[in-house]
Formats: sequence, C-alpha cells, structure tokens
Amino acid sequence: MADTPGIAFQILQSVFVVLAAPLLLGWANQCRAWLQNRSAPSILLPYRTLAKLFHKDAVIAKNASALFRLTPYVVFGCMWLAAGIVPVLATDLPFAPAADIIALVAVFALARVFSALAAMDIGTSFGGLGARREMLIGFLAEPAMLMTLFTAAFISGSTQFNTIVETLGNREFAIDPSLAFAAAAFLMVALAENARIPIDNPTTHLELTMIHEAMILEYSARHLALIEWAVAIKLFAYVSIGIALFAPWGIAEAGNWSALPLAFAALAVKLTLAGAGLALVETLLAKLRLFLAPEFLSTAFLLAVLGMLTHFLTQG
Amino acid sequence: MDQTFSGQLVNLFAAFLLLIAFAMLSQRRVLTLIRLFAWQGAALAASTLIVAYSTGQTHLYFSAALAVLLKVMLIPWVLHRLIDRLQVRWDVETLINIPATMLIGIGLVIFAFALAAPISEMANTVTRSTLGIANASVLLSFLMMIVRRKAVPQVIGFLAMENGLFFAATSATYGMPLVVELGVALDVLVGTFIFGIFFFHIREQFDSLDIRHMEKLKED
Repeated sequence: MADTPGIAFQILQSVFVVLAAPLLLGWANQCRAWLQNRSAPSILLPYRTLAKLFHKDAVIAKNASALFRLTPYVVFGCMWLAAGIVPVLATDLPFAPAADIIALVAVFALARVFSALAAMDIGTSFGGLGARREMLIGFLAEPAMLMTLFTAAFISGSTQFNTIVETLGNREFAIDPSLAFAAAAFLMVALAENARIPIDNPTTHLELTMIHEAMILEYSARHLALIEWAVAIKLFAYVSIGIALFAPWGIAEAGNWSALPLAFAALAVKLTLAGAGLALVETLLAKLRLFLAPEFLSTAFLLAVLGMLTHFLTQG
Repeated sequence: MDQTFSGQLVNLFAAFLLLIAFAMLSQRRVLTLIRLFAWQGAALAASTLIVAYSTGQTHLYFSAALAVLLKVMLIPWVLHRLIDRLQVRWDVETLINIPATMLIGIGLVIFAFALAAPISEMANTVTRSTLGIANASVLLSFLMMIVRRKAVPQVIGFLAMENGLFFAATSATYGMPLVVELGVALDVLVGTFIFGIFFFHIREQFDSLDIRHMEKLKED
C-alpha cells in the first residue's frame, strides 16, 4: 500500500489543499461581493491577510494557559489531517485507511473541542458565549453529518471513503432519491459547520451575534493566521467531501499520473461552481436567530434520516 | 422509457411527496401551507402520469388530469379565497414544538415503512417500493391534523391525507377504478366547500377558528 507513487500523491494532495484553500475562500468572497453589487476584493486577499498576520507580533493575555497557545496548532493540524484523508485529487491514498468517515467526523470534533476550550481558557465573556454556541451547533450538526455519511456508506457498503467514492463514481447513472436527500442535508450541515450564513455570519463585527468569531476574538498574529487558515482548509475539506460523495467524477487513482491533469481540471471546475454556489446561498439567505438554529439542523437531520430510510425502501 | 428508469422517476417523485409532507408538518404559515399542498398535488400528478405512460393504463391519465385540475388549481384557489375572506393569514399555532413534531414524524415514517415492507414484497407493480412512502405521507398528514390547533391547517392536513391515499392506490394496484376515483375527487371537492362554510360558522360562533373552543359542550 505505502508505495512511492502513493506517498507522492499523498504529499501532493496535502500540500495542494493547504495552498489552495485560501483561494477558494477568496473566490467565494469575490462572488459574494459581485452578487451584492459591491466592488469585489482581490481573489488573493486571504493570502495577503495571512502574510500580514504572520508578520505581526502576537499579543497574548496574561492569564492565558499553554492550552491557549497550543490550540491554533492543534486546529490547523486537525484540518490538515482531514484534508489528507478526504479524497480530493486521488482515491486510494496511503493515509486513507487510517480513518474512515466516522473518524473524520471525530477529527473535526477534536478541533472544535480545542477551540472551545481555548475560548473559555482566556475567561472573557465573549469567549465563553462563543464556545457555548459553537458546542450547541456542533452537537446538533454532528448527528446530521454522520447520518448523511451513513447514507452514502449504506449505498456503497463501506465506511471507507475510498470505497464510497469508487462505488459512487463508477456505477451507472441512476436517479437516487436517497442521495438527493443526503445532498440537501449535507449542504445544510456544511453551512452550519463552517459558520456560514444562515447559522453564523463570517464577516460580522457585532460580537453579540457571533458564534465562531467570538471564540477567536483574543487571538492575534500568527495564532490568528493559523486559525483563519484552518477555517479555509475546513471549508475546502467540506466542499471536497461534498464533491466526493455527490459528484465524484474525474477523480484520479493514486499512482496514476496520467489521470492527474483531468483530476485537477475536474476539481477546478467543481470548486469554482461550489464557491459561486456558496456565495449565492449566502446572498439569498438571511442569518437565522440563534434559537432557530436547532430547527435548521433538525431539518438537516430529518433529511439525512429520510435519505437513509428511502435507500432501504427502494433497494431492500 | 424502460421500466427501471420510470421506476426510478416514480421513486424520485415519491421521495418528493414525502419531503413535502414533512415541509407541511414544519410549516408555520397558512399561505405557504397551501402552496405546499399544491406542489404535493403536482408531484402526485407527475408520478401518476409516469406510471400511466410506463404501464399503458389509460385510466391513470384521467386520474393525473383530475389531480392537476383539482389539487393543483381548484382546491388551492378555493383555500386562498377562503383565507382571504376569513382574513386568517396568521402564523399557525402548533401543540408540540416543531423539532419534536419532526422526530415523531421520523418515527411514523419508520413504522409506515416497516408496515409496507411485507405488502410490497407480494405486489408485482413497478411502483411497489413507493407503498411505504404513500403510507408514511398518510400518517404524516394524520399527525399534522392532530398537532394543529386551527381549523384551516387541519383541513389542509385532511386534503393531504387524501393525496397520500391516492398515491397508495396508484403504487399498490395501479389506481382504483375510474368511477371510484371520480367519486372520491368529487367528495373531496364538496368536502372543501362544506369545510369552507363550516369555517364561517365556527368563526361566527366562537369569534375564532381555534377548534379547542368546540371541546366544550355547554357554555359556562
């Protein structure tokens, strides 16, 4: 399994995801600006922000513990690991057997737990508030996410991402209502998990309505840069999971260099569409009140369960 | 159109029907409820049309046409007129909160699917796998009638239940005889009008369409 081309592909994908993630964020922001009739920022703006933050001196509160300093690295590491597991460019990567879809959800959860702990560590009221809200959203979004992934797992008969993508990518075309349900549920969960509208507004400056932003208010300089970068990678990873589950065409196999240009081209087209779609969703919807978030996420859970049940009904 | 593809399309519309049933269950506004009801009728008509085309059952074409006429156009229009005249565009009040209702709904869907599994094994129609969904949408409409307090959403629940029954008939035995279908359609139409008249009477009597007032037999 751990042959040289496979490892080369693994490194290529991991590095590519980390480098390309801010580009997706920049593209989504640009599309959103166009849709809202604003003059759009450069697509490279996230990179410039990161570069700026890395050059600044970090300011850390006096009563911050080691956990607070450690968290940005843990969060970034988790996201990077997730980006290595999800089949973005190629299936059958050497990393992939290390974690199935359940472990992948756990990796995201680990990052969430650490950011919540760090937010409470500093002892400011906004940090605690953000941590509580983030955990509320997390505990509602996770079952829905798992159910969505289980639907795909039932169709392909395995919880390994590789098998799922290969089964879904190679079977003949069929209209499958259970996948349609799962896709709708996944979209809702992805919006909630990535702190996008309608659950959270990533561009807000009003602390009282923040969820994710409230947790990272105390971070500055390189710590903030790592967290922002991790946010971009998380978005990229979620979009990749969505692509892998619901539109897996054109993905290469590890070690197959000739399929790589096609995989890159297909991925570029899909990511462009996904970024534009995200901007469209964020423009059309308004942010929900926090107390409506459970309703939003229970709808996602419902859709995911319906998808799974419909699968049993139509296949079994 | 071969059998598997039409079967898939029917499954898709069946899933759509179930989704709308849940959307109705979670909907707070009467106006959207009526629009969803019209969409449910449209999904029903489309799936009936596909079954008619793929099996060559000509009487199902009439059923589909009837569904479009009655459930997509006439009844939603009548309901619109009614709520305009009654001026009841208020938000719907529910007895149980909406996430809990949805969880009960999931339970009902599982029950309906389990109930339908042995029946659809015996059936040999293209649409046998959708019997569970038809069952589920009947039960969900029932649930909607139970958890709603006001009269208009209850009537929409009743009408949606008829949609589910119609779909069940199509999926189990390729529809009822045309005479029966015509009779049921007429019943539903007349029912809607009678309900409309009842609404006015209820409101005149109690100054409200809240049916809890009708639980008391005497004035105290």
